[in-house]
Amino acid sequence: MKLELRGITKTFGALVANDHIDLTVEAGEIHALLGENGAGKSTLMNVLYGLYQADAGEIVLDGVVQKFAGPGDAMNAGIGMVHQHFMLIPVFTVAENVMLGHEETNVLGRLNLGAARKKVKEISDRFGFHIDPDALIEDLPVGVQQRVEIIKALSREARVLVFDEPTAVLTPQETDELMAIMRQLKEAGTSIVFITHKLREVREVADRITVIRRGKVVGEASPTATNTELASLMVGRAVELTVHKDEPKLGHEALVVRDLCVIDARHQLVVNHVSFEVQAGEVLVIAGVQGNGQTELIEALMGLQPRVTGTIELNGTSLRGLSVRKILDAGVGFVPEDRTEDGLVAAFTVAENLMLDRSTGAPFVKAGTLQRGFLADFAREKVTEFDIRTQGIDSLAGQLSGGNQQKVVLARELSRELHLLVATQPTRGLDVGSIEFVHKRIIATRDAGIPVIVVSTELDEVVGLADRIAVMYRGGIVGIVPGTTPRSVLGLMMTGEPAPGTEAVA
Amino acid sequence: MSDSTRPPAEPAGAVAAPADHPDAPRGQDAGSERWSQAMRDIVGGSAAISVLAVFLALVVGAILIALTDEPVQKASGYLFARPGDMFAAVWDSVSGAYSALFQGSIYNFRRPGFAAGIRPLTETLTFATPLIAAGLGVGLAFRVGMFNIGGRGQMLIAAASAGWVAFAVDLPAGIHLIVAVLAGLVGGALWGGIVGLLKARTGAHEVIVTIMLNFVALYLVSYLLRTPGLLQEPGSSNPQTPPMKPTAVFPDLLGPTYNLHAGFLTVVAATVFVWWLLSRSNLGFQFRAVGENPNAARVAGINVQSVYVSAMLISGGLVGLAGINQVLGTVTTGFGAGIDANIGFDAITVALLGRSRPWGIFFAGVLFGAFKAGGFSMQAAEGVPIDIVLVVQSLIVLFIAAPPLVRAIFRLPTPGTKPRSRPTVVKKEVTAG
Repeated sequence: MKLELRGITKTFGALVANDHIDLTVEAGEIHALLGENGAGKSTLMNVLYGLYQADAGEIVLDGVVQKFAGPGDAMNAGIGMVHQHFMLIPVFTVAENVMLGHEETNVLGRLNLGAARKKVKEISDRFGFHIDPDALIEDLPVGVQQRVEIIKALSREARVLVFDEPTAVLTPQETDELMAIMRQLKEAGTSIVFITHKLREVREVADRITVIRRGKVVGEASPTATNTELASLMVGRAVELTVHKDEPKLGHEALVVRDLCVIDARHQLVVNHVSFEVQAGEVLVIAGVQGNGQTELIEALMGLQPRVTGTIELNGTSLRGLSVRKILDAGVGFVPEDRTEDGLVAAFTVAENLMLDRSTGAPFVKAGTLQRGFLADFAREKVTEFDIRTQGIDSLAGQLSGGNQQKVVLARELSRELHLLVATQPTRGLDVGSIEFVHKRIIATRDAGIPVIVVSTELDEVVGLADRIAVMYRGGIVGIVPGTTPRSVLGLMMTGEPAPGTEAVA
Repeated sequence: MSDSTRPPAEPAGAVAAPADHPDAPRGQDAGSERWSQAMRDIVGGSAAISVLAVFLALVVGAILIALTDEPVQKASGYLFARPGDMFAAVWDSVSGAYSALFQGSIYNFRRPGFAAGIRPLTETLTFATPLIAAGLGVGLAFRVGMFNIGGRGQMLIAAASAGWVAFAVDLPAGIHLIVAVLAGLVGGALWGGIVGLLKARTGAHEVIVTIMLNFVALYLVSYLLRTPGLLQEPGSSNPQTPPMKPTAVFPDLLGPTYNLHAGFLTVVAATVFVWWLLSRSNLGFQFRAVGENPNAARVAGINVQSVYVSAMLISGGLVGLAGINQVLGTVTTGFGAGIDANIGFDAITVALLGRSRPWGIFFAGVLFGAFKAGGFSMQAAEGVPIDIVLVVQSLIVLFIAAPPLVRAIFRLPTPGTKPRSRPTVVKKEVTAG
């Protein structure tokens, strides 16, 4: 089916999220929609899916102008969406999820599960998905859950499939498999819109690329364009995609972790006898697919996990069992994984957020009273130093863009005297320009002789930042390898296979 | 950061605006943009909603007054014959009721001279005194993300503690009052602190605990009031205390002709204290951080548990101040188990109307004091049932709890409209009111 968007305009108050966007997706084409966060990709797709009504412009399918009052209309017209966050019910089976919202019932109102099962089986066989219709969603790996989403869309006769940032949650291998599935779907005549900001994937699978910046189409590119060309089109200026760093000047062994175990609230052993050390002046990246114990490991280091065994020593002092306050006071800087939830108070001003973890004593507090003058000077200095784009230090942190929010967190943590920096997913959800900035700052910290731990699920980031890489799988460390290890080896390690030539540590 | 790496050939269409602001509005004069932003802040801001909620509630109240008024009902019988009668009757009833409300709460023009005319305002402030104190306590808990419905219990315990010191202990004037006030504060703080401790240690929900502790306090105080030798007046069989000793009673603020007592000053001081605590002290900083985002507070090394305990201690103490004002200021002739006069619950409304801001609560408390003072004269002068005042108070809560409704009625823009499809962080119900 041929999809045309003509002059789609969508404004929110004074803000033009989509400004006369034209987009044509031919039948059987994979069309990549490339743009930074906030460029208007998601708004455009929500218009297409009937979640928003466009202020101007029209949606045309096979030459027929469509009017979508809601997602139901869009689905009936043959548009399917695979959301970034899966819309599945974990305690339902695959078949139940697929028929959800379109339940077939017999005369007495009994669900016709058999038909749904058959449909799942049929689609799954057609594309070689190997999915058991009776498996519970919560038991399935993320990659398979995504396939259930695809089946769900296909079972409603979708002939235009929209993938919204589909690879964010996948391992490199799963990503490759998804690419194969997309090609297969294309062969079968389905049109695909592939939304992403990852350049490599676009070049690998797309037939055509449309780049959006600030709500406007800024150009079309062919898959043969280089990463640098695509990135500069996306950001509007030249960007450095590779992280420039010198050889590490290694110092003493600063952080020593031995035999660390974490038991979570559900009594699961989520970190399993992990041992590693970080030297002053190096970046140790903890790589792995989301949900393999990285979060809990870092929480254990930060004193945020209650049940931890083993030893954690920073420069000879034990950190295990200390309160978060004491660990921060020991000179540990922390950039949390979820900055809006754990890193910032959205309703606080930029200035207040800059002193968030220093509210107990000098220099920000004297005799129980906030030193507002000092804070204002400090905040203004940091806003300049870290190039935080804000209307002023009294703007609310929640109103900043993701990149600027992360700069606030970094500015706060890096302005203390540090003996260790722990940064988890420091560039998640950031645009290319901010990623560049964050990476530079992390490398600068390392070059100042401070040991750095970075947790990342993005291979590009892992390879770019790491002096050494520890790969985690199911709570254990598969192996610790040099930063120069090829991606293919890292990808295999993320699935639990030890690297050739190293023995498994876990 | 980009200046050194700016490319020789910038892609077409690049704008000079910062790259990190994909959401920033474009194509508009910066000045007018700032204006409309400021406008949105003022109109969409919480203070405006509070004022409009009061206004709407008064409008609905006017409709109810007109509907229940007998002349209006009679005139409506021949509405089409002489519509003028109907409108005149409506005007009479509504303007009569609201002017009685005004004269009963602010200034009475029918009395000779300023000293007599202003008396209603002092009545208003007398009624407002405990409302403000309890409102501050509830509002403070709101700011820490907690819903303190235990005002009744905290007031009763504080009243019993302060009252016992006031009638049973002999101390020199002045010192006696201070000791009694301190005893009340400690009583209220402890009763609130239990809640904080239970929440911090066991995760018990403060709403359940405070409601239950209301009953515990009520029956405990009732028992003390019925037991000779404890709170009961000797030689009496009524569940009531003896009168307070004059050495422990708040002195009159403006002389014996007015009921306003020095307790009002303690409430003004409490307002200043809460303002300082929340916006100038580091403890208040931690309170607000926990209230807005307990996760981020915990990660930032703030001891969330101890914040809960200290916040409830202070909250209970402030609510206790309301109980102290009742027994040492308003009803000094001895009190029974009804001494809380529902102030603990009215305080929730006051705190909501005041948007949990100290000075907002102060003025909301004065407004509710005016409703109480004026309600009586409205009933006496115009025969308007005092329940109308209760309805107006309840409607205020309703409108405040539904800002979108108020905005829709007045066609105000939604504040902080974000065009992102990403869901923005949902604010907690209680803090957002």
